[in-house]
Amino acid sequence: MKNKSSQFLLLAFLLGPALILFTFFVVIPVFQAAFFSLFKWNGLGPIVDFRGINNFKLLFADEVFHKALTNNLIIVIVSLIIEIPLALYAALIIGRKNFKFAILFRTFFFLPYVLSEVITGLLWQFIYHPQYGLVKMFFAFFAPGVDAPTLLGNPKTVLGAIMVAIIWKYFGFHMSILIAGLQDISEEVREAAKIDGASEGQTTRRIILPLLRPTLMISIFFSIIGSFQVFDVIWAMGKGDPVNSAETMVTYMYKFGMQRFNIGYGSAVAVTIFLICLTFSVFYNRQTLKSEGMTK
Amino acid sequence: MNLRKIGFVIVLAILTLASCKNPANKPVTVNFWHIGTAATDKAYYQGVVDAYTKLHPNVTIQLTILENEAFKSKLATVMQSGTPPDVFHSWGGGMLAEYAKAGLLRDITKFTKDTDWGKSMAAGVWNVYAYDGKQYGAPFDMGAITFWYNKDILAKVGYTAFPTDFDDLVVLVGKLKAAGIVPIALGGGDKWPAMHMWTYIAERIGGKEVLQNAVQGKGNGFNDPAFIKAGDILVQLVKAGAFQDGFLGATYNDEAALVGNGKAAMELMGQWAPNVEKDSSVSKTGIGAALSAAPFPSIKDGLGKVTDVVGGGNGMAIGKNAPDAAVDFLKFLTNQENNAAYAAAAGIIPTVKGAETGIKDDNAKLVKGIVDKTEFFQLYLDQFLAPAPAGAVNDNVQAILAGTKSPTDACKAIQAAVDSNK
Repeated sequence: MKNKSSQFLLLAFLLGPALILFTFFVVIPVFQAAFFSLFKWNGLGPIVDFRGINNFKLLFADEVFHKALTNNLIIVIVSLIIEIPLALYAALIIGRKNFKFAILFRTFFFLPYVLSEVITGLLWQFIYHPQYGLVKMFFAFFAPGVDAPTLLGNPKTVLGAIMVAIIWKYFGFHMSILIAGLQDISEEVREAAKIDGASEGQTTRRIILPLLRPTLMISIFFSIIGSFQVFDVIWAMGKGDPVNSAETMVTYMYKFGMQRFNIGYGSAVAVTIFLICLTFSVFYNRQTLKSEGMTK
Repeated sequence: MNLRKIGFVIVLAILTLASCKNPANKPVTVNFWHIGTAATDKAYYQGVVDAYTKLHPNVTIQLTILENEAFKSKLATVMQSGTPPDVFHSWGGGMLAEYAKAGLLRDITKFTKDTDWGKSMAAGVWNVYAYDGKQYGAPFDMGAITFWYNKDILAKVGYTAFPTDFDDLVVLVGKLKAAGIVPIALGGGDKWPAMHMWTYIAERIGGKEVLQNAVQGKGNGFNDPAFIKAGDILVQLVKAGAFQDGFLGATYNDEAALVGNGKAAMELMGQWAPNVEKDSSVSKTGIGAALSAAPFPSIKDGLGKVTDVVGGGNGMAIGKNAPDAAVDFLKFLTNQENNAAYAAAAGIIPTVKGAETGIKDDNAKLVKGIVDKTEFFQLYLDQFLAPAPAGAVNDNVQAILAGTKSPTDACKAIQAAVDSNK
């Protein structure tokens, strides 16, 4: 009995502070947002105008939100089929033991990740600038007379142009995670494979990649969650416009909720994003843990 | 300490408190937030604050100086927590009305109605800082959106004066385009510059009633044919190549840089345009004396007059907990002398009668000339409307320019946003 209570005290002592912080800064705000989402409220004065699930109805009927959701999915898919494979490819090359310029390339590819999102956005805005940008200069030099595309000013190209910046920025981060994962794979395994007569390709496919799987799953997880939450880069590169062509769920929430003083509506967006991310994380973690034999 | 001494102290304390009843001597603190981050503005405000506290030694003015965007987000936070500053920067209109509705502002009507202060400015100018017949603040700068054009470029294509008729402007656009010059610089990515153009065209077609009906939710509202026609005209301008390449992604600063560097012939912008053009230009001096201003041209068979103006400016609002000293300070800030001093220092368009003597800058004089002739004054639509419908106006004008929405659908969407905000 005495033992049990002292154990409880220890648990309370160790978990208590984190639990209190988590409750105050995560659990309560989530429920608060859920509460706000049921009202029409501009953030000023008392909360009185109860609208039930009307905010959610408006949200799901709004074409701009559909566009934002679609864009998020596009960013997820592009990240998975371009960013991660690119990072993996670079990691496999740079992570090789005998690669001479490993440190140089690692630093080089990792550099964009060190820049803040806003700086990245501004940098690429300069590159794409229709009057003074690098793209314009490129066209003027190699294809004089041909009009340079105005990538950020065209609803059809803006998302693609932003995707280039996003991949440029984040691929180095994923590459670094994967290199760290590769370094965990012991050299003996490779040597054993070599002695057994496995070719380079076979070793990579059959031995390295399966062993890298847990790291890869983490990288993919970060990539997907990051894609759902992407905000700063897009905001800095034209606020999700023209005509909401590059809107994501978070820019949508900020623009239509915070900027326009529709706190109730913005909360409904926030709750929706939260549910999407939560569902995905729970599902994804369960799947990965299961496939790694870590669950019962 | 014996009882007698304690009694003495109490009596003394009561006497001291009693002497404080006189409000003129009671120490009072006024929280004052302004957004004049430029060196000239900062010095001006500091000067006014120093002068006021010298006259009223019991008043302490606590200054908070914030950059435009930082100000907006910080103000939103303190407003949502119900603790507004005593005197703070405001653009009036719809946002001021939202604050007033939520009871966050102090009604200062008794200080302005039929008083000398009230009479020092035109009623229409005061109205920008009023809601539901009550006064919540005071303007100090009120200008107009006009065409700012490059006289030298216009002369090159044979124009010695700015067109007064819209059809003539379209002809001018064609000539400039043919000469390889960007006719009109437009920061379409920021949306509001395009919104002003759409507002003006609609007003020139339908007249002031159409605008008044729309903002008051009467008649056809934003579904009025004038607004739809204005959209059609914008589409025609895009087709004619009136705006620079990539204008849909351009910011307002891009727009100012095009004019400031002499790459574009004109822009439609407010009284701050010359300064921003200078700052955004490579030379930092803009196009100098080649710059001139002209009112938005009239449209054939349209009901709007050239003297009808879309404009706006800057002022101060009074928070709900503000002491009388805060109101008195605002009155001091907007007296003729200080208003003129600000005009001289920072090129604002003064609101106080007689303060125009302070205007030193030729460009500011041009704007003042246009403002003085105003018969109908409409505050910027995105400032006049509440934030949500204002955002819808900006979004939908951009959609018209991008060709993703027909003018009819865009106007419907705007009206829907106005209706759902009621």
